[in-house]
Amino acid sequence: MRQPKIIIVGGGLAGLMAAIRVAEAGVTADLFSIVPVKRSHSVCAQGGINAAKNLKGEGDSTWKHFDDTIYGGDFLANQPLVKGMCEAAPAIIDLLDRMGVMFNRTPEGLLDFRRFGGTLYHRTAFAGATTGQQLLYALDEQVRRFEAEDKVKKFEGWTFLSAVLDHTGVCRGICAMDLKTMEIKTFACDAAIFCTGGIGAVFGRSTNSVVCTGSAQSALFQQGAYYANGEFIQVHPTAIPGEDKLRLMSESARGEGGRVWVPKTPQDPRPARQIPETERFYFLEEWYPKYGNLVPRDVATRAIHKVVYEMKMGLAGDPAVYLDVTHIPREVLERKLEGILEIYEKFVGVDPHVEPMKVFPAMHYTMGGLWVDNENQATNIPGVYAAGECEYQYHGANRLGANSLVSCIYGGGIAGAAAVRYARSLESGCENTSPAVYERERVRQQDISDALLNQHTGTENPLTIWREMGDIMTENVTVIRYNAALQKTLLKLDELSERFKRINLQDRTQWSNQTLNFVRELGNMLVLAKVITLGALARNETRGAHYKPEFPDRDDKNWLKTTKASWNAGKIQLEYEAVDTSLLPLRERKYTAAK
Amino acid sequence: MADKTFIVKIKRQQRSDEAVRWEEYELRYRPHMNVIICLRDIAEKPFTRSGSESTPVSYEANCLEEICGACAMIVNGKPRQACTALVDDLEKPIRLEPLTKFPLIRDLQVDRSSMFENLKRTKCWIPIDGTYDLGPGPRMSPETQEVGYALSQCITCGNCLEICPKVNENSHFVGAAIVSQVRLFNMHPTGKMHAGPRLEALMGPGGIEDCDNAQNCVKVCPKGIPLTESLAAVNGQVLVHAVKSFFRGS
Repeated sequence: MRQPKIIIVGGGLAGLMAAIRVAEAGVTADLFSIVPVKRSHSVCAQGGINAAKNLKGEGDSTWKHFDDTIYGGDFLANQPLVKGMCEAAPAIIDLLDRMGVMFNRTPEGLLDFRRFGGTLYHRTAFAGATTGQQLLYALDEQVRRFEAEDKVKKFEGWTFLSAVLDHTGVCRGICAMDLKTMEIKTFACDAAIFCTGGIGAVFGRSTNSVVCTGSAQSALFQQGAYYANGEFIQVHPTAIPGEDKLRLMSESARGEGGRVWVPKTPQDPRPARQIPETERFYFLEEWYPKYGNLVPRDVATRAIHKVVYEMKMGLAGDPAVYLDVTHIPREVLERKLEGILEIYEKFVGVDPHVEPMKVFPAMHYTMGGLWVDNENQATNIPGVYAAGECEYQYHGANRLGANSLVSCIYGGGIAGAAAVRYARSLESGCENTSPAVYERERVRQQDISDALLNQHTGTENPLTIWREMGDIMTENVTVIRYNAALQKTLLKLDELSERFKRINLQDRTQWSNQTLNFVRELGNMLVLAKVITLGALARNETRGAHYKPEFPDRDDKNWLKTTKASWNAGKIQLEYEAVDTSLLPLRERKYTAAK
Repeated sequence: MADKTFIVKIKRQQRSDEAVRWEEYELRYRPHMNVIICLRDIAEKPFTRSGSESTPVSYEANCLEEICGACAMIVNGKPRQACTALVDDLEKPIRLEPLTKFPLIRDLQVDRSSMFENLKRTKCWIPIDGTYDLGPGPRMSPETQEVGYALSQCITCGNCLEICPKVNENSHFVGAAIVSQVRLFNMHPTGKMHAGPRLEALMGPGGIEDCDNAQNCVKVCPKGIPLTESLAAVNGQVLVHAVKSFFRGS
């Protein structure tokens, strides 16, 4: 029997889980990653991972987890796979526990669980406030074990440029660039699994890592893959503003009892500690008495915007509110939240054990992503699979906190197994694909790099274009969306795309040329920015994270459907697909009372 | 009024076999700047202080919140993460150099793959039977979890190797980070069943005996990992293991 060849692009949680499943099936996985996989963005996830293990005697169940997830996502997610994920979650926690994740424990030595947004149950397992780091390391270690047994081969320091598609449009390999030598090469495979994460860089500054550009997704989109629900962008309510990055302050701070407030007197000059309880406006607790500080992220973010921009009650007139954990015993903070409190202290220079933190919403996550089917994490390009944040399947119009890690591991596992099945079922594998198919793609990609390197008359700086793109996307395509502003954004993106053609690389060396790589990513980011903006412009309703004051209600009659963007000779086209709502009836989503 | 500025000096080298040059950049000061922002400013206007054309500086960075380990470099003589190196706290001019204990790629970028190779060589993982559902993992006391969690926060930045006098041309000590990971896996209820091979990987040249207890490592660890405790604990385990192996005649 021929041995199938599987390539995985991206080595965060989803990619590593896919690699483990492929290796367990007895197939060698080639794992490509821009950074050493242990430095992938999953490392930044803080608060925890959801699973209804019901270890607190609350009567929680996987069905309730499923219901919370669909309701939290405003009924836009296809329901069957979400149900599958919630049912698989308890066993995923057990698996991670067996892999040695240092989850926090109860006195009895069992896993501890905390509360998170959008649920009334203690459903979130956690390892301090660095859960993503701990999970990533556990999977990284398992993959290293397979690597030692020659079942996984890593290509770290390579970036994906494009898929190699044969004349029938079937994926037969990938084209990638070595970031040290700048060499462009093709690699044959029967199936490729994409686990390339988030797209934060499209918004300039976000809570995401530097590598989260969405470049791979955009490249696949431009080769014919559908991109679904791009307009659904999660803005996290609590982050520390910064010029280089908006640093996340996990929802777990509120899960452990942290409270959000502003002084009742706008521009109150007193330090936070001197403002008595009665003169503080705990707006989330007041407006959402049942969920309080643990409303879902889109709800909390809009509330903060209202307080700051409409009610003009931001701290000292600035766009900021307090996130206060000073009333929580120091011992609890040290055991459960130290990781994030350290980040705050290091970057702001203020001790959050003593002074309330100043935070503001920040672009955090994309619910949208590569379109995948309802069963196998398969995209519409035969042989191309996707899992993790880069695909659209699990979170509908808004993701609940601590559901991302579980969706990465669940989706990655499905993709790994499905890719092996597909590769084994092929009548003719990549070894029968003509070398000319690979060479054509390599030359196409080499020409793009050469054109950039040989263009000496350019006047535009790539970082300047990136910043301008990020600024307008953040201003017009995040929390509040107006159609006129979205139109203006599209014009600006067209202008930036024109200026992009006149870019000056400033570094023409053929050795670790980070500028060349960034410019190639930037070109792809501009395309993705347009997909997101066009999707937002078209969708005239309010649903989950997509909020249009001109269309303030959810409109199931016209908009209970998945946006599918496609690329047609350089133009973006939108079409729509019905949502599978076969398991849970539609209800109005409101968090002012229990569901 | 003219903008307030400050000077950053960067040790630059196109490739490891090419000449070293120090370049000086004058940057516009803003509050809350870190070294990463400095490097981005240079990339946006790649001209040296004297006005000659330069290139963007090569460096590694990813999370920018000191959890991925990528942006380790020498800042004003000390190995640390560039993202948490705040301009306000640094003596000016700020001097940036690449780590010296790893092969140079370009400018501030080095190749730390040897650390990942050493994690492989020392079998730093829990050997599970498979990913199918086998029920919960072993119970663990909160006290054990707290010790393990502290060790498991290692971000593989390499600062502890950079500062270690025993990592040099003539001695290839694996470094405190790797030894501390061995301690982590040897304390886990499942991991400890397979402690022997990890300890054997730390015997001989480059192993735990190479540590001469300079105790510099613990001072530069950005995660505050008790590295010297780990070195002492693993040293003890290796000695016991050696004695046991001797009496077993293996």
